[in-house]
Amino acid sequence: MYRAHVLVCGGTGCTSSNSKKIIDAIEDEIAEKGLADEIKVIQTGCFGLCALGPIMIVYPEGCFYSQVKVEDIPEIVEEHLLKGRPVKRLLYEETVAPDIIKSLNDTAFYKKQKRIALRNCGVIDPESIEEYIAMDGYQALAKCLTELKPEDVIQIVKDSGLRGRGGGGFPTGLKWSFTAKNEADQKYVVCNADEGDPGAFMDRSVLEGDPHCIVEAMTICGYATGATQGYVYVRAEYPIAVKRLSMAIEQAKQAGLLGKNIFNSGFDFDLHIRLGAGAFVCGEETALMTSIEGNRGEPRPRPPYPAVKGLFGKPTTENNVETFSNIPQIILHGAESFASMGTERSKGTKVFALGGKIKNTGLVEIPMGTTLREIIEEIGGGIPNGKKFKAAQTGGPSGGCIPASLIDTEIDYDNLTAIGCMMGSGGLIVMDEDTCMVDIAKFFLDFTVDESCGKCSPCRIGTKRMLELLNKITDGSATMDDLDKLEELAYHVKENSLCGLGQTAPNPVLATLKFFRDEYIAHIVDKKCPAGVCKSLLKYVILEDKCKGCTVCARNCPVGAISGTVKKPHVIDTKKCIKCGACIEKCKFNAIIKK
Amino acid sequence: MLKKVSKIPFSGSPEQEARLKEIIAENCHDKSLLMHVMQQAQNIYGYLPFEVQVMIADGMDIPLEKVYGVSTFYAQFNLTPKGKFNISVCLGTACYVKGSKAVLDKICQVIGIEPGECTPDRHFSIEACRCIGACGLAPVMTINDDVYGKLTVDQIEGILQKYKD
Repeated sequence: MYRAHVLVCGGTGCTSSNSKKIIDAIEDEIAEKGLADEIKVIQTGCFGLCALGPIMIVYPEGCFYSQVKVEDIPEIVEEHLLKGRPVKRLLYEETVAPDIIKSLNDTAFYKKQKRIALRNCGVIDPESIEEYIAMDGYQALAKCLTELKPEDVIQIVKDSGLRGRGGGGFPTGLKWSFTAKNEADQKYVVCNADEGDPGAFMDRSVLEGDPHCIVEAMTICGYATGATQGYVYVRAEYPIAVKRLSMAIEQAKQAGLLGKNIFNSGFDFDLHIRLGAGAFVCGEETALMTSIEGNRGEPRPRPPYPAVKGLFGKPTTENNVETFSNIPQIILHGAESFASMGTERSKGTKVFALGGKIKNTGLVEIPMGTTLREIIEEIGGGIPNGKKFKAAQTGGPSGGCIPASLIDTEIDYDNLTAIGCMMGSGGLIVMDEDTCMVDIAKFFLDFTVDESCGKCSPCRIGTKRMLELLNKITDGSATMDDLDKLEELAYHVKENSLCGLGQTAPNPVLATLKFFRDEYIAHIVDKKCPAGVCKSLLKYVILEDKCKGCTVCARNCPVGAISGTVKKPHVIDTKKCIKCGACIEKCKFNAIIKK
Repeated sequence: MLKKVSKIPFSGSPEQEARLKEIIAENCHDKSLLMHVMQQAQNIYGYLPFEVQVMIADGMDIPLEKVYGVSTFYAQFNLTPKGKFNISVCLGTACYVKGSKAVLDKICQVIGIEPGECTPDRHFSIEACRCIGACGLAPVMTINDDVYGKLTVDQIEGILQKYKD
């Protein structure tokens, strides 16, 4: 028995801000003080509050230390672990009340969250199968193999109302039943962990924080659908996730929870990992399977659907990481318990990766039906620097945006679709008044042009032409005619592309056109970028009344575009100006503005 | 995706070739392991020179055009070598809205090459990368294994100075 446990986040965010060195430092310090038998240090998965990393929690008190530095460790060990006095200075400020230390679950960031998919992240040591088993791990698998028939398992998943968390929202139980009813000598289960949306990292966090959960869920899926082989397709950019998943598979094999005759039920199941190589289109299910087969990851036309002809031409069930992570909980606690959360047609919870212009960047899991306002203002802590909220982008390059006027939208699949947006895999990027919506649309389109696999022409050529039109708009040479062309082309690409990538690529343009058409018009007609982002449309101007004539700007201008005499207001020659911003950075009197 | 193909001549050692042959021998029974072999080959050489792709094609008994097709399809496979210090600037959404493009432009300006290129002395190479998931630290760049977060343009010269030799 240990009298205290120190949990340090070992997710990618905190590892990037040095949590490894912190673990080493604590272990050294504890050993030096002779506390190694009394205190256990555990490296966990993501706690979610990545903006405050590295994060460390000390139990039994549950003290939440944020932005810990290696230099702070001796003080924490000496004061807290040795003398029992938490170091208030280093605690997350929201947990510090005058005379008590509040529980983490009472803080604004965690209060409204409900953790199902992330239940073990930040709680257990992901590299230990014993800790997973202690949290009821593999019990759901045991229940399936010893008490339930495959069709019962599928019925439970159907009744739970679980829908695919990768973005499309297809009912998971239904998908499983399609594969189950197809007879074949070999069937497969595939886990899509090729999380390619920029700004989304929930699948990575599940794999890093709770890898056994995916092993268990895939085995259950194999049992339910009659598959004996599984593949996890993970991005190579996620080395920690790959390492922990490989460990989990190895441990499960040793414990007899993977392999031949699991739980003496006569059921065999084996898992393999395949690494992606950085192609966004491989997140599309048919492209992903083509890639596992060792080819260029190009999508195939559907039908035939993977449930009929999938990986290696055999019936295949494919789900994404977050979908699988819900399965063991559904089996253990029943379909009703899961279906009691959420809205009428979207059950359970959804994990969002909160990023962009928001105070608490990180990972949040909320019941379906939570409003965007609650996510941004309460959980996210609002927009920094007193700026105004402008829009939230969901679904990455396939999604759309939710404008400030719809901030009270309850987040679920159907509400988002209804406003021309989409759930997507869960990236939620918050934008403030300094963000130009045309520029954002251009950014996403630039991404899809780059990632289009080239197989079908609507996507390959159409997205490229759309990007050219957007470039014309942002550099001020477009006409209103171009705007009509852009919109028309967007619908063509959407309707005629072969796979999900092309079919959704125009979404960022269509959504911004729907809610922020005035910004497009400002670019085209007034030749102005209201947010002050699009370089070609900006003019740098020196305010006469504020300029003291100190000459700093003129001396720093790389192209000699600023002239004037000492102690007299200066002027910028807009013909020479390259809009590099060097003058604004150097001016001490805020006398230079972009307009 | 358009890829830059290196003009720097190929120079592989016999040890590297022996390791590649070993990996090919372990995996040539299953053609679906082609990407795995190519990933390992890239670990050995740092990139996938044409000569290495020929060895893989021969060893795995897969047509060279298919190997080349795969190597040009996936962003991870490099056809140009990496510098001693590889700089990678995240252009994911969160970093982008917080100004990572300006950071990338500044670095290119300081070391005088474009993204996807390597300096002729093979000291620096630079690339724009997709979201590395450290959005809480935006904007982010990495130089080999060092991570730099919450960057501003005026920090760049100071940081690069540390890697000059």
